Amino acid sequence: MKYLILIYSNPQSRQIWEGFSDAQRAEGLQHYAALNEDLSASGELIVSEALSDPSLAKRVLVREGRTTTTDGPFAEAKEHLAGFFLIECQSIERAIAIAARVPEAALGLVDVRPILDLSGLEM
Amino acid sequence: MSTAAQVEDLLRELAPRVLVALVRRYGDFDTCEDAVQEALLAAALQWPSEGVPGNPRGWLITVASRRRAEIWRNESARRRREEAAASLAPPSPEPAPVVDDTLTLLLLCCHPSLTPVSQVALTLRAVGGLSTAEIARAFLVPEATVAQRISRAKQRIKASGAQFRMPADADRSERIAAVLHVLYLIFNEGYTATSGSALLRVELTSEAIRLTRQLRTRLPEDGEVAGLLALMLLTDARRPARTDADGALVPLADQDRSKWDAPAIAEGITLITKTLASAPIGPYQLQAAIAAVHDEASRYEDTDWRQILGLYELLRRSAPGPMVTLNRIVAVAMSQGPQAGLEALSAAEADPALADHHRVDAVRAHLLELAGDQEGARAHYLRAARRTLSVPERRYLESRAAKLALPSQV
Repeated sequence: MKYLILIYSNPQSRQIWEGFSDAQRAEGLQHYAALNEDLSASGELIVSEALSDPSLAKRVLVREGRTTTTDGPFAEAKEHLAGFFLIECQSIERAIAIAARVPEAALGLVDVRPILDLSGLEM
Repeated sequence: MSTAAQVEDLLRELAPRVLVALVRRYGDFDTCEDAVQEALLAAALQWPSEGVPGNPRGWLITVASRRRAEIWRNESARRRREEAAASLAPPSPEPAPVVDDTLTLLLLCCHPSLTPVSQVALTLRAVGGLSTAEIARAFLVPEATVAQRISRAKQRIKASGAQFRMPADADRSERIAAVLHVLYLIFNEGYTATSGSALLRVELTSEAIRLTRQLRTRLPEDGEVAGLLALMLLTDARRPARTDADGALVPLADQDRSKWDAPAIAEGITLITKTLASAPIGPYQLQAAIAAVHDEASRYEDTDWRQILGLYELLRRSAPGPMVTLNRIVAVAMSQGPQAGLEALSAAEADPALADHHRVDAVRAHLLELAGDQEGARAHYLRAARRTLSVPERRYLESRAAKLALPSQV
């Protein structure tokens, strides 16, 4: 099964990050590096990315064949998507155990969403 | 001249034997496996046009050995020194009988230090002779993911200190169980495919059957190996009828049984009957026996549900799980009436492992429909549709709900 682990950021998490010393930040990033490495080694990682600042987001609109963009509405949002892991593992329990290793889980900012499967069993 | 398909079959057959020959000669599983992949690729390109060489296995071993030497030369100096030291170490002191080597390879690929996703990928490449690209297409993941999975799996095996030899007798049955689980996962991935790259994924069922047959020639006395093979044959036999022209799922009750693969059913039934009579009973054999009872009924109404219920009782004791519980409840309903099934379902829901299972709603909907409660059935079909993780199942559950009239229209 594939699962998407979504990591959010909110004013509290941003404040914590901004208050960190360089050493603390390095340690925080190391948590991510270690998680990435473990998931690569176990073969469970498909892709993981961190997203840029929400102020750089563009909302895309196609009208009468013309594409226009506006600044994303996310800039004002208090909570926004900050990164994700797409993984493939045996069970939701395993996916939750992996998500629990994301540092933001301590702030309740991590979701696990099962990916819809194109396979199915007749009943 | 041979067709590409014939060459491919031959290469898949030879792949594990060539790899075993290389590992026996050089010892480094990781590099040998890469080298064999490249030799297989070269053969797949050359043989269809230039013809299959007189000694295809010898050709592959020669090309793979040459390729291995090249890979070895291209590695960094540090790595090279390590390899040189390793190749000086004496090879495995007493080579196992040749006939057991594919089994040894299979056991290594399903090594307990690996996660199931890695075991599956490595088994398909090293034993099945599939390319990284083919595995990626079959499992709907990027090729780079599969390539990484395989290379990291080989590193893990190396780091675990595993040797290319049969595990000690004490570990053997557990290690064989892991192999059976991997073959079962490969089969299921192919069998449950319904759309999109279905054509490519279908090959996984034949691949799983082929590898399980191979395993059975190595372990003819093992009841669970035979049971798994029978289960695959009896399940795969229904594949032509399990989806309609649009790829939508057709439930067992509505399948056109004339489309079932009669020779596969006959082979599966013979195999499971013989095995049940002679080997210690196990979960794969029980599942195969259940599949056999379904396949033996020429019409859905003729299904021997009492026998299926008895088999689920045994399965519940030897390999309990949410799907076994739910399927047993369906058998209760079909043999004792929907009310008995609904009562069993309410009782079973007390188990937290089941309470949250999306199939509970689907089973309840089905039983309510049988009991004549259309409104309740419709609500539960819709709830099940919302909670399933499978697109085709969602489509099926929504169509069941749509068929049930709204209360105001009755």
